[in-house]
Amino acid sequence: MGEEKKAVIKKIQATGQMKKIMADYFYDLDNAAKDDSQKVAWCTSVGPAELLLSMGFKVYYPENHGAMLGATRMASNLIPAANAIGYSPDICSYLTSDIGSYLKKQTPLSMAYKGIEGVPKPDVLVFNTNQCRDVQDWLSWYSREFNAPIIGISTFCNIGDVTDGVLSGIVHQIKELIPILEKVSGNKFDIDKFREVMARSKRCSELWKKVLETNTASPAPMSFFDATIHMGPAVVLRGSDTANDYYELLLKELEERVANKTGAVEDEKFRLYWEGMPIWGKLRNLSEFFISLNTAVIASTYCNSWIFNAFDPDDPFLSMARAYTEIFIVRDENYKEKYIEDIVDRFKLDGIVFHDSKTCPNNSNNRYGMPERLAKKLSVPTLTINGDLNDLRCYSEEQAKTNIEAFIEQLDSK
Amino acid sequence: MDYYAGIDIGASTTKAVIIDDNREIIGHAVVDSGADFEKAGKQAFDSACEMCHCDNPDEIIVTSTGYGRNNVPFAKGTMTEISCHATGSYHYFPFTQTLIDIGGQDSKTIKINESGKRTNFKMNRKCAAGTGAFLEEIAIRLKIPLEQLNELAEKAEKTIPIGSYCTVFTGTEILARIREGVAVADIVKGIFISVIKRVLEMDTMDGNIVMSGGVIAHNPYLVKMFEERIGQKVYVPPHPQLTGAFGAALYSINGKGGFNA
Ligand code: SF4
Repeated sequence: MGEEKKAVIKKIQATGQMKKIMADYFYDLDNAAKDDSQKVAWCTSVGPAELLLSMGFKVYYPENHGAMLGATRMASNLIPAANAIGYSPDICSYLTSDIGSYLKKQTPLSMAYKGIEGVPKPDVLVFNTNQCRDVQDWLSWYSREFNAPIIGISTFCNIGDVTDGVLSGIVHQIKELIPILEKVSGNKFDIDKFREVMARSKRCSELWKKVLETNTASPAPMSFFDATIHMGPAVVLRGSDTANDYYELLLKELEERVANKTGAVEDEKFRLYWEGMPIWGKLRNLSEFFISLNTAVIASTYCNSWIFNAFDPDDPFLSMARAYTEIFIVRDENYKEKYIEDIVDRFKLDGIVFHDSKTCPNNSNNRYGMPERLAKKLSVPTLTINGDLNDLRCYSEEQAKTNIEAFIEQLDSK
Repeated sequence: MDYYAGIDIGASTTKAVIIDDNREIIGHAVVDSGADFEKAGKQAFDSACEMCHCDNPDEIIVTSTGYGRNNVPFAKGTMTEISCHATGSYHYFPFTQTLIDIGGQDSKTIKINESGKRTNFKMNRKCAAGTGAFLEEIAIRLKIPLEQLNELAEKAEKTIPIGSYCTVFTGTEILARIREGVAVADIVKGIFISVIKRVLEMDTMDGNIVMSGGVIAHNPYLVKMFEERIGQKVYVPPHPQLTGAFGAALYSINGKGGFNA
């Protein structure tokens, strides 16, 4: 055991195509922001994107930018700028790193894409609090900064069953967005266009689900760490044919891997669940570390969050309300436990790693006794590691790795 | 007779243990880890070899553990300190237990079942509270040598509650107690209680309780206080500071799992 063993991350061939479509997406947005006739909407990642797309908006997702700030490890230098204007280091580090990025005029977009100088200026900002309140505070800051209207949906929290009563209020809220969106975009709402976008998003969701389900195979073809990257198009390009074509391609490659018994991890010995946010600045590092331990991290709540089973073009409002209210993060503990239980079972997992992400309580499910309850119920050991999605000042690499290594030794001694 | 070794490079001290075929400790050493883990590992190993008059140290199978486990080039394998402490403790106490190890930089609770398998473990989080580092910091503040803490705590007449969670807050809380004229011995006992509370917050105490680690080795009164607190006997292995290194040496014997080869 130990780190000396050389860990090789197997490259997914489709990555080149993904980089291309992501680049096209950002250039497209940049052009729209510079062109008065095109309107840009900022939207939370599980917000009513399909509605915005159907009304002709180019849609930008600040959370995606947040993840880029984390993955490029720029975040830890930018967060203090947001702290200095009053945003606590204890709140969402996407928010603080993103606002810090704006204040310090540093963005990974201009490093990755020549000619892009900054994030695209919003004409309207649209949130859904189904994830957390932080997204609303985050977009509100930019609303004041750009003097652009902010509108959104306030979803209940800790939902058990998604009842008609819950949904009717959300449908109502979605419909209330329309007059403002019509005014900002200058386009009339067209239900047929809405249905078309919903149909494409539904397809994207189905394909993404199939991609993730390839990991039920043994050995699993794709690691969680790969999946967090390949999730990009499902987040920012869902509703487009581009995303769907991409996932057809990726799926084909993964199915070939399954057929050839090519695992993401050579000599896969253990299979784990990752619960909680990725540690963006340590993706590669952790990916290699798990490979060196012959351990495949292959299922996660996080990557599953972009599966929207409910989408139905025949009933776009209700099904959108349902899809964005059924997501894991906004549900009660019973639902969450059953959800994880099902995956542990189907993916034949040996253990669950909970990431206690300092600045995202909403995605840190270890805090109300769940690891202990699940360990007992499923007879599967759990481990909690402390870290953060973006703020690496909250992460001790040494401690995390010792914990992970000790956890694998524990599995090994069974 | 063959010899086997374990080297435990912790954040503060490095421990080496040499055992024989009968799993008896025949040589041991503790040195400061300092800034050069490799050097500390070698030093501790050499001293332990000297103690047991070993003339062919190159033939000893070594397993390294602790924060610096990857800094021992002559180790045949590595295991985490979690596994090594568990193995070391179970050797002396072969029954279901919750093992509490209080080290220089972190504390751990490890659950071991009746057959010696680990079922769960936890390490303290980001703060020094509940660890040796906490005691060191407070000793510096009170300007008393670390070695005197145990004796002072024993002399305490009163129990002063120290409530803060973090080391810095505790520091200011102590200043307030000093201003109030509280005796130093009572304050020291208060900080021992604080360490105990931090440990009890980490996990449930199931089965028999075992305590190990440097802090326990130097502060036996802490164990007594812990027993009083939980109303249960606490087992302490011989050489509590060496439990991890001893466990590593046991891995060297059975070679199980710990070797890269
Ligand atoms: S869910 Fe967590 S990471 Fe996402 S925006 Fe909210 S606080 Fe930030």
